[in-house]
Amino acid sequence: MVDIRSDASQAIPPAEVEDAELYHPKSWWTKYVFSQDAKIIAIQYSMTATAIGMVALVLSWLMRLQLGFPGTFDFIDADHYYQFITMHGMIMVIYLLTALFLGGFGNYLIPLMVGARDMVFPYANMLSYWLYLLAVLVLAAGFFAPGGPTGAGWTLYPPQAILSGTPGGKDWGILLMLFSLILFIIGFTMGGLNYVVTVLQGRARGMTLMRMPLTIWGIFTATIMALLAFPALFVAAVMMLFDRLLGTSFFMPAIVEMGEQLQQGGGSPILFQHLFWFFGHPEVYIVALPAFGIVSDLISTHARKNIFGYRMMVWAIVIIGALSFIVWAHHMYVSGMNPKFGFFFATTTLIIAVPTAIKVYNWVLTLWRGDIHLSLPMLFALAFIVTFVNGGLTGLFLGNVVVDVPLSDTMFVVAHFHMVMGVAPILVIFGAIYHWYPKVTGRMLNEAMGQIHFWVTFLGAYLIFFPMHYLGLLGIPRRYHELGETAFIPESAHTLNAFISVMALTVGAAQILFLFNLVWSLKKGREAGGNPWRATTLEWQTPQTPPAHGNWGKELPVVYRWAYDYSVPGAAEDFIPQNQPGLGRPTREAAS
Amino acid sequence: MAVVLILVIVAVGSVVFHLFSPWWWTPIASNWNYIDNTIIITFWITGFVFVAVVLFVAYCVFRFRHRPGNRAAYEPENKKLEVWLASVTSIGVAAMLAPGLFVWHQFVTVPAGTTEVEVVGQQWLWSFRLPGADGKLGTSNTRAIGDGNALGVNPDDANGRDDLIVEGGELHLPVGKPVKMLLRSVDVLHDFYVPEFRAKMDMIPGMETYFWFTPTRTGTFEVLCAELCGTGHPQMRGTVVVDNEADYQTWLQEQQTFTELLAARQEQTTIASSTSSSK
Repeated sequence: MVDIRSDASQAIPPAEVEDAELYHPKSWWTKYVFSQDAKIIAIQYSMTATAIGMVALVLSWLMRLQLGFPGTFDFIDADHYYQFITMHGMIMVIYLLTALFLGGFGNYLIPLMVGARDMVFPYANMLSYWLYLLAVLVLAAGFFAPGGPTGAGWTLYPPQAILSGTPGGKDWGILLMLFSLILFIIGFTMGGLNYVVTVLQGRARGMTLMRMPLTIWGIFTATIMALLAFPALFVAAVMMLFDRLLGTSFFMPAIVEMGEQLQQGGGSPILFQHLFWFFGHPEVYIVALPAFGIVSDLISTHARKNIFGYRMMVWAIVIIGALSFIVWAHHMYVSGMNPKFGFFFATTTLIIAVPTAIKVYNWVLTLWRGDIHLSLPMLFALAFIVTFVNGGLTGLFLGNVVVDVPLSDTMFVVAHFHMVMGVAPILVIFGAIYHWYPKVTGRMLNEAMGQIHFWVTFLGAYLIFFPMHYLGLLGIPRRYHELGETAFIPESAHTLNAFISVMALTVGAAQILFLFNLVWSLKKGREAGGNPWRATTLEWQTPQTPPAHGNWGKELPVVYRWAYDYSVPGAAEDFIPQNQPGLGRPTREAAS
Repeated sequence: MAVVLILVIVAVGSVVFHLFSPWWWTPIASNWNYIDNTIIITFWITGFVFVAVVLFVAYCVFRFRHRPGNRAAYEPENKKLEVWLASVTSIGVAAMLAPGLFVWHQFVTVPAGTTEVEVVGQQWLWSFRLPGADGKLGTSNTRAIGDGNALGVNPDDANGRDDLIVEGGELHLPVGKPVKMLLRSVDVLHDFYVPEFRAKMDMIPGMETYFWFTPTRTGTFEVLCAELCGTGHPQMRGTVVVDNEADYQTWLQEQQTFTELLAARQEQTTIASSTSSSK
């Protein structure tokens, strides 16, 4: 039996650990710019990711303007449209979601939640951010390069990605994209090794793996997956660079391009697809697992109830992570690979639905007989459940190989993946920001602005993506700059497209209010105190808020219990912090 | 309370939208109504789960919302319930997967006696090749493309000389006869997609891919490209006409064979070069 119940008898005397090994900054530059403090690096990651994410948001507006009102905006021609969808997709998946969950939340929360002073390798951690920033700048440079950014779609499928029929194929666009990805992966590897080693080696005394908050389990597992998956993208990017620059033929068969025989031959375009999705499918869970972990903690804290079935939740995260490496070709059912693969990949894909469903059950069973506070983090968590269940269930259509045949490459796919890995994880990010902003800044975010932001974002996003499935069912292909005159598409589909575009602009506008709230509350927000949500996990028990460099002052915390001792029968309060030995009295008095 | 109400509206509204949506699949024109049936099964199972989960969440928020003096229950685990839920989920998943794999087996098993038709994609045009009187398609090679041989048919292969070539025109198919679509691309990835047939498949340069189906009603259907293939992707359209046998035979007679095509092209080039040299 794992010790998930509180056990007061085993009080461990606190150990005084000096923080002499930490490099304390001596100037403004080393404190705020070239900082080695994971918390500062986390904020740098988050701000950079948000900035480039705003670019991707604006690109989505431009796409929706074109789709909703075709022909109205002359400057959005086919080439521009394909450049917009490519950059929007790549930025959102890699440079926003991956960077924000792992670089942002991972850096801030791992040392604090496991009771460490900092990441294990602070210098490599700093380099990780600067390489990430460089990757973002190289990516953004595509907008200003001759020929513009690549328009190959975020999947960058060759041979078109490096041929002249695709925007940026023979110009700078594809090169900058590939260079940027290579930089991102090098930077991520430095950060990712840090997160893994810190979780394995840096935990406070008493913090066993099975006492860790699920947030850490999610980020930890996602990081291991990313370290295993990104190399596949790395080699694919290097090979494509060789094909484009040196004339090699990794992905290039004999081709007649616009009536002219190319020199290359013998390569395989489908090889790239296997490499890309060997990275690309785990990538979905690299984004989803941190969201799973964080939302578990949000629900537990704000429902004042232990997470239901903690051990099952941990194993579900690990199993999903492992299975996600053997499902990649479900993105390739109609790619022309041997169709017999379909049997295997459909089976593995649908098996993943079982541990995923268990997670959903355990979230809603945590609400059962809880004491549900409808705070902003809880609202976002509830919205996550709705959108994630919706998006997860449509995955059962697309994962079931034969059902995928009519639906693949249609708007159904676009609606599915936006719901499940766009909307759902981003709702968790918002919930997490409302939850942890008080720890990062010492002030609460404004509630009224937060309520407007929540309702517009949740309902608006649902109204964008739920009806969009039906456009795909109708047969409308994705990645169409304009539908033109197509016999099977009724006029009403164009009306629905216009409606979706209006909703997209509205949801986008709500994000500006959110950004304003982030800045406004920095000075004007209500003072939060050290533990405004009365939460159990270690980051809320720091001596200072925001936590100082080194996090814990003189004494590292000692952990006596799991992260979910809410509403324990017989306890004085409805929460018992992890570093509190007994049942009754507040932490620091009991420890001292 | 507003939260409870909105959650209920989301659950019920989604079902109402589904039932009354004017956006539904196109009337089917192939034998793959099995696929449509599997989609219907999946809609029922997933729709039930979605409504159940969202309504359960709404009920929890209603019943267990915070009021002064409330305290949550303390129940870390309930093995029986967890095992029961996992089992029911596994059964539901199997109920969707089993028919799916069954139909997929049909999808990848081409019946004997199926005629072959070749589709060739290029930026941004559809071309077709049908077997001639010998009933066999000749071999082809991307390197053979040029000098009027736009599809790269192997000129040394006797089987290919009587093949019928349709460059950028309509493809006609006889109704009720299974057909195997052999898919080739000469430049980049494309995807042969006719919504009414339900089937689609990518076309890859350097490889031959396929799918099969039986047209079940006559009519004219639009071919779309379903794999982003560059700037002209949405404009890459074609037409498939499903005919009754008599109309199909009439159409077949009008098509040019590979040999005729090459002869015509050579004639043109001779005329063109002679006129240009005479100037």
